[in-house]
Amino acid sequence: MTRPADDFIVDLTRGVSHVHRNPIEVSLFDHDASTIEGRAGVVVYPTSLDEVVHVVTTCNRHGRPFVARGAGTGLAGGATPLDGALVICLTKMNRVLSVDPVNRLAWVEPGVLNLDLSRHMAAMGHDLHFAPDPSSQQSCTVGGNVANNSGGPHCLADGVTSAHVLALEVVLSDGQVVVLGGEEPEPDGLDLRGAFVGSEGMFGIATKVCVRLTQNPPTVRTMLLDFTSVRDGADTVSSIIAAGMVPAALEMMDALCIEAVEQYVHAGLPLDAAAVLLVEVTGLAHDVDAQAERVAEIGREHRARTIRVARDEAERALLWKGRKTAFGAVARIKPNYYLHDTVVPRRRLPEVLDEIYRIVDRHDLLVLNVFHAGDGNLHPLLVFDKREPGVMERVHAAGEEIVRASVAAGGVLSGEHGIGLEKRDYMSLMFSELDLEAQAAVRRSFDPSGLANPFKVLPSPASCGDVQHVPEGAWI
Amino acid sequence: MDLTGFAERVGTSGTVSIRGRSSRTVERTVNVDIDRVVTAPNGVVEYHPDEMTITCGAGTPLESIRNVTAENGQSVALPGSGTVGGALSVGRSGIDRLGVGPVRDTLLQATFVDHRGELITVGGPTVKNVSGFDLARLLVGSFGRLGFIARVILRTRPVPRASSWFETDADWSRVVELQTVLYRPAALLWNGDRLAIRLDGDPDDIAESSRRFGLSPRTGAPFAENEFTHRWSVAPIEVPAIVRSARAPVWAEVGVGIVHHVEPQPSRRGTPNRIELRLLDEFDPDRRLNPDVVFPQ
Repeated sequence: MTRPADDFIVDLTRGVSHVHRNPIEVSLFDHDASTIEGRAGVVVYPTSLDEVVHVVTTCNRHGRPFVARGAGTGLAGGATPLDGALVICLTKMNRVLSVDPVNRLAWVEPGVLNLDLSRHMAAMGHDLHFAPDPSSQQSCTVGGNVANNSGGPHCLADGVTSAHVLALEVVLSDGQVVVLGGEEPEPDGLDLRGAFVGSEGMFGIATKVCVRLTQNPPTVRTMLLDFTSVRDGADTVSSIIAAGMVPAALEMMDALCIEAVEQYVHAGLPLDAAAVLLVEVTGLAHDVDAQAERVAEIGREHRARTIRVARDEAERALLWKGRKTAFGAVARIKPNYYLHDTVVPRRRLPEVLDEIYRIVDRHDLLVLNVFHAGDGNLHPLLVFDKREPGVMERVHAAGEEIVRASVAAGGVLSGEHGIGLEKRDYMSLMFSELDLEAQAAVRRSFDPSGLANPFKVLPSPASCGDVQHVPEGAWI
Repeated sequence: MDLTGFAERVGTSGTVSIRGRSSRTVERTVNVDIDRVVTAPNGVVEYHPDEMTITCGAGTPLESIRNVTAENGQSVALPGSGTVGGALSVGRSGIDRLGVGPVRDTLLQATFVDHRGELITVGGPTVKNVSGFDLARLLVGSFGRLGFIARVILRTRPVPRASSWFETDADWSRVVELQTVLYRPAALLWNGDRLAIRLDGDPDDIAESSRRFGLSPRTGAPFAENEFTHRWSVAPIEVPAIVRSARAPVWAEVGVGIVHHVEPQPSRRGTPNRIELRLLDEFDPDRRLNPDVVFPQ
């Protein structure tokens, strides 16, 4: 039994200055950017390691669960607090602590915004950037990127967040502070850093992150190829990879998405195309020339109608704006959307896309596809008007079928959004009971108390609590 | 691939040690009796060049992987001459880590045998995956202490169109200059007064960079794989001090922090921390898997 709430609050306020209990303010933290509603208890904004240690120690003493979060841009309910859990919002810990431009690493606090980190480098005159670039990069935090092992269009060549995190200072659920990984390349022992990245807040709270910085490419060429069939576009993707190239980015949009984006940003996208591919090759000049030429050749072999090469930075920015604001553009079609995230083997892209169109038709919904084709990471965007009676049931049913179709094609549940609450109960599609037990064992090793962001990722048999409250919006 | 047979050989009791080709230095103690020595399944199961993935037994020699992937202009960023499982379990990178990244980023999915002789799968089959916790990372560099890797899916990468070695006289300030201006070199190796550089990519870019920065061609890496008995792992910023204070010749991987040394690295930690102990208790409570391997090394 926990002691009365008041003791808990009194203890909390002894060591952290920003404690928020106003119901209206607290209710803003009931969810992240997913449709899943939870219930936040108290919200604290620590400003230092000591405050985080105090909050976590207090939670531990009172047996209270806690949920760490950054900007709350997650789409899988990973930062949705359940049953009045304490929310630890890390956005006030947002300093870049040190930068080593020669060895290309920086220590930052978890609340630093993803894009601010690259901007900070530019402002300091360093030709460097932080490679993970999720679409939410203007508002998502580095700590959130760590929790979700975030990706983004440019992770095709440079890898997802895990490849860009060298070390972490972490507060464990008992308040102990540990450093995982290190600036050195091969720290002794197990790669606890690697296990922590992508643990969705269930292993502890990162209070400092040592990130790897990436050289800005000297030459960038951004190309737009358009096709009269989705299959031709998808085959072009596979052929580019098979030809020994890993472009910096390889993104695809289908017809409905092209239409929405074009009306929104006026990037000059071909409105009669079935699919467009946005291909970016980067590097030294000769390499970029050779790759761009080869990409164009492969495109033509697969019946690309036009191949547009961005002439300058402004045109490049416009093409990318089209890609990165696709989710905003959908509002012109319907007021609500549900964004999915699965991965399939590249060679299965055409058939899985066909299957997605069939599923969506069956449920009388609309879908826009805008995705990281280079790594087979699909992002079907179901658009709807939630005021329409019964539409949410159809949205969830279609979503479930899309997830199942992706896994059946040899794919995985999530490429970058994570599991959170959204796909927790689908984990058994990919993992056996023994596999899931192993995951639970790792969670126990980091957090024996189970207080760090409970009830996420692992389906119920592998978790141990008696609270199995499933919030509205989860696919259960 | 006979994964079940392998799991049965690991069994449910007794102390078991796993061997590949014993090509890598692994510190072992003689104070533990080993009941059985096993080897992991060998052979390529599937190779999809257009997915950039290859599935194989952990006992597959790296040579075989290189031969298979070379036919499609690809390679796998695992160094050395032993087996896939050996490279992963030991987790030490090659001298081109600056260019190709660490060993751990090569592993997408692993099926391993745990202490109960059960097969467990971690990670996922695609190049991108965040479904569940990233247990595959834990296996890399674990020296088999959490389980014996049976089968893996690895990420392949295209072989660069050209790859050439260069050298130049370099004090530390020249090293820093080149580290800053060269675009993504595959290796920067420094011994205190010479810098050896590997550049990968388009042949014209390589020629241009070498001209522009005054680099002279050289044949191959400046030292052989087994020339140094020790490799130190240090923060890259410590490299100049360590190279300068070395009493015997050393080569340091600039920007990475590996120093190839004839002496052992002082003050390595030597005991597992609390999380590691709990992981060992969860995954091998009786310490029957590779108990002879000194861990952490």
